[in-house]
Parts: sequence; structure tokens; C-alpha cells
Amino acid sequence: MAYQMATPAHSAHGAPRAHPSWSPYDNNGGTCVAVAGQDYCVVAASTRMSTGFSILKRDSSLFLQLSDQLVIVTAGFQADSRTLHKTLQTRYVQYQFAHRRPMSVGAMAQLLGNTLYYKRFFPYYTFNLCAGLDAEGKGAVYTYDAVGSHERVGFSCQGSGKDLIQPVLDNQLKAASPLVLPPEEWMTSLPLAEAVDLVKDAFVSAGERDIYTGDAVEILIITKEGTRKEVIPLKKD
Amino acid sequence: MFRNQYDQDVTTWSPQGRMHQVEYAMEAVKQGSAAVGLKSDTHVVLATLNRASSELSSHQRKTFKVDDHLGIAMSGIISDGRSLCRYMRNECLNHRYVFEAPLPTARLVRQVADRAQVCTQRSWKRPYGVGLLVAGFDKAGGKLFYCCPSGSYYDYKAMAIGARSQAAKTYLERKFEEFASADLDTLIRHGLQALSASVTDGELTKDNVSVALVGKGTPLTLLEDADLEPHLAALADEVGGDGAGSGGAMEEGGGADGASAPPAAPDGASGAAEAAPAPEDEPPAPMET
Repeated sequence: MAYQMATPAHSAHGAPRAHPSWSPYDNNGGTCVAVAGQDYCVVAASTRMSTGFSILKRDSSLFLQLSDQLVIVTAGFQADSRTLHKTLQTRYVQYQFAHRRPMSVGAMAQLLGNTLYYKRFFPYYTFNLCAGLDAEGKGAVYTYDAVGSHERVGFSCQGSGKDLIQPVLDNQLKAASPLVLPPEEWMTSLPLAEAVDLVKDAFVSAGERDIYTGDAVEILIITKEGTRKEVIPLKKD
Repeated sequence: MFRNQYDQDVTTWSPQGRMHQVEYAMEAVKQGSAAVGLKSDTHVVLATLNRASSELSSHQRKTFKVDDHLGIAMSGIISDGRSLCRYMRNECLNHRYVFEAPLPTARLVRQVADRAQVCTQRSWKRPYGVGLLVAGFDKAGGKLFYCCPSGSYYDYKAMAIGARSQAAKTYLERKFEEFASADLDTLIRHGLQALSASVTDGELTKDNVSVALVGKGTPLTLLEDADLEPHLAALADEVGGDGAGSGGAMEEGGGADGASAPPAAPDGASGAAEAAPAPEDEPPAPMET
């Protein structure tokens, strides 16, 4: 007899095996944005949780607030996101017990990257931003892919509305060219109030075209005084 | 207690039905510097006297946060205490991860006691040489426990352990009925006053005292250095104003050192009768618990 594979590449009626019947992942949508300033950090995320074309929740938070000066916001598969957040919260507390001081943004940024890469071959389906104030009091934003590749940047967005918002932020916050004179810093010098307005406008615009972004946007404003929260309603359609 | 032929192993009983190694471990607790715990309806407070081995060294830390709702003070072999603290922190974190709720104080204390008991029944182990005062605030309210090297644990309204703790216990026995309704500052002052009864050389300063407090709506907070100054100042005022009435914190601390000072003795005796939670000087031999 000719050798027969255990799982034939072609199904019984001759068509190639199309797709698995089940996926361990789901995409719950949501968009998040973070902007770093000279002495602040603005982090925002939509509050709609979806599955397929349905809405699961209109008031779901994507944030993990570790301290007054450190926040992680995660878009993607919320089950993985919540588990990731629980793990990071535990590690944050353990760090404080061991070092007798809170974790810095840079330390948490590295920890998040390593935690994600640990599951390189069954990833957390999460798109993260880690934000806070660095040791000099300047805003710090780190952006991640699903397996932990990360970089410190002046601003970033992740999630379903990322492709709608990122070009707007690039236009407003990024230098036209690295060669432009006078040389522009990679971190914006925009005042806090203008940065918050920019973020609000970005979400309102994204909410128009991205079906997974809407209901409300939670905005966290991190300064050396602590963290302030605003919730701005968005269209519910 | 004297050396005898039944005290070599933790796994050897004496003909009197005692385990001498375990009792020797409890002696180690009595050698450590004092720690005091007391609770009211709303808060639980721990206060410790932190020894410095010399003028050149720092004062040993004996009070630790275990979780937002739970803290410990220790007396005896502090390195043993640190190991237990690491275990307790881990258990609390795991419980929070799995159940998203704080680990109830009594449950954790029982787990610690079970681990301590194991060390009293293995030939290749030795008992822990540290006594823990565990202060926690959970759904059952404020709790103060004492965990003993023997593996026993006791629920207390107020307790003192360590060197010269009998003087502190005497103060607590006299005053414990005032604790339930006391506000936080008063409770801390009572704790410091009890602690000062155990001081013979010198006095309570912000460098050699630590206070931990936890309560309804108040996560576990450690008061050290500058945070202690207002409480120590209030204590000094109280003692200065009250004189002999308050039972002599610092001035009479020396007198209370050896045997209980005469004014305290009658109260101590009646106190021991009514104050069920406060044990007598010697912790009961293991078999009695």
C-alpha cells in the first residue's frame, strides 16, 4: 500500500484543507494612543470591546495603572491582555519588595518586552504601549508588537484604529525630515493641553471610520503631580 | 532550663513529654528585641524596637509589609523571619492572582504555622527561631496573630514578644479594654508606650522604632524615621503630663525591667485572669496547646 499521511493535506473530497475549525485567539478591537511630552505623558484608549461585528461592552478599560507614574495600555485579545496585566502587576509588586522602590518606566518596558517574547511560539495577542515619566521627569512612551519587539518613541498608537491615527500623529508631532533646520527634537514640545486636544480629535476621527473604535475614550494624563483621568464620549454607532 | 540527655534532636521527646529543641527555639524569640501588637475595632498596629549591633551599624529592620492588607513584626532570628516573610508574600501574591482577592489573615497564619510544625517533626530540620506578630485587616475585620516556632498560632487583642516583653504585656493587660474604641493615633501611642516599657538603656527614637498600621480602608503603612516624630512627640507629652498615672513609659521603664514594678503587679494578676488572650510569661509547653 502507498504510505498514507495521518492528516491528509487534501480533505476527503479533494479540496485542500482550508482552515482550522477553532482559533485560540479573538480580536476584541480597541485603539490606544500615547504621546510623550517634555514633562507629561498623555495616554488614551477607546472603551469599546467587540467580537466579530458585535459589541460586547461599551465601557471596558484597556489600562493597567501600576502607579501614579507608570501605565500600560493594551489593545487586541482581551483575555490575553488581562492575563498579561495580572502577570505584570504581580511582577511589579515583587520588584518593589526586592528593591524597596517602585519600578521605573525603563525597567517595566524591558520586563514587558521579555514577558511577551517568553511566549514567542504561542504569543499573547496583545498590542501594547508602556508609558510614564522617566528618571528626568520627561514623558516616556514605549511601543510593542505582539512578541515583545519594543522601542522608545515620542508617540505611538496600537490597535484597530492605529492606521487611521498614526499618520495624523506623524503629521502633527514628527519633524518633516531629520535634516530640517533648526533641528527638531524627537519628543514633542507641544504644551499638555494641546496634546490632549490632539488626542481627542484623533479618536473622534478614528471613531468615524473604524467600527471597533467608539463609545468613549479614556484619557490618562501623567505628570509629576500624578495621574488625572478624563472620559470623553464618542459616537455609539 | 538546663541541658539534659533529651535535648539533642528535635525528634526526641523528654520523659516529661516535652520537646526541648522546640522550647530552645522559643527561647531564641525571647532573646530578640521587643515587638508589640495591638488592635482596635478599625485598625491593627505593630511597633518594634530595632536594635543596632553597634554605634556604627544600622538598626535592624523587623517590620515588613506582606501585602496591602497584611504586615508582620518579628523577634528572634531575623533571617528565619525574612525567609517566612518571603513565603508569606508569595502566598499572598498567588492568592491575589488566582482569586483576585486578598488572602485572609487567618488562612495565611495557618499556612505559616503548618510550615513551622514541619520543622519540629523532621530529623534533618530545625525549628524556626523567630516569633511573628501578624497584623491583617480583611473581611473578618482586624486580626492580630502570634506565630510561634512550635507551630502554634494564637489570636490576640494585644501581645508583646521578645526581650523584656513582660513589662510591655503588663501595660497592655492593664489598658487593653481602651483599645477597641481608640482612634488610630491613640492606638499608636498605646503601642509605643507598651514598647517603651521594654527599653532599659536609652529611649524610643525615630531611629530605633518602626510602626506598621493597617485598617479598614487603610492599606498597610510603615512609619519610620520622620513619620514617627509626631507620634513620639505625642508620647513624650503624654508621659510628661501624666507622670506616674500612665504607668511610667520611659522613666519607669528601668523599674519594670526585672520583675513587674509594684504598681503594675496587682493589675497584672487580675489582668491575667480576665485578659484571656495575653499568655503568661512562659509560652505554654507545646503539648498543652
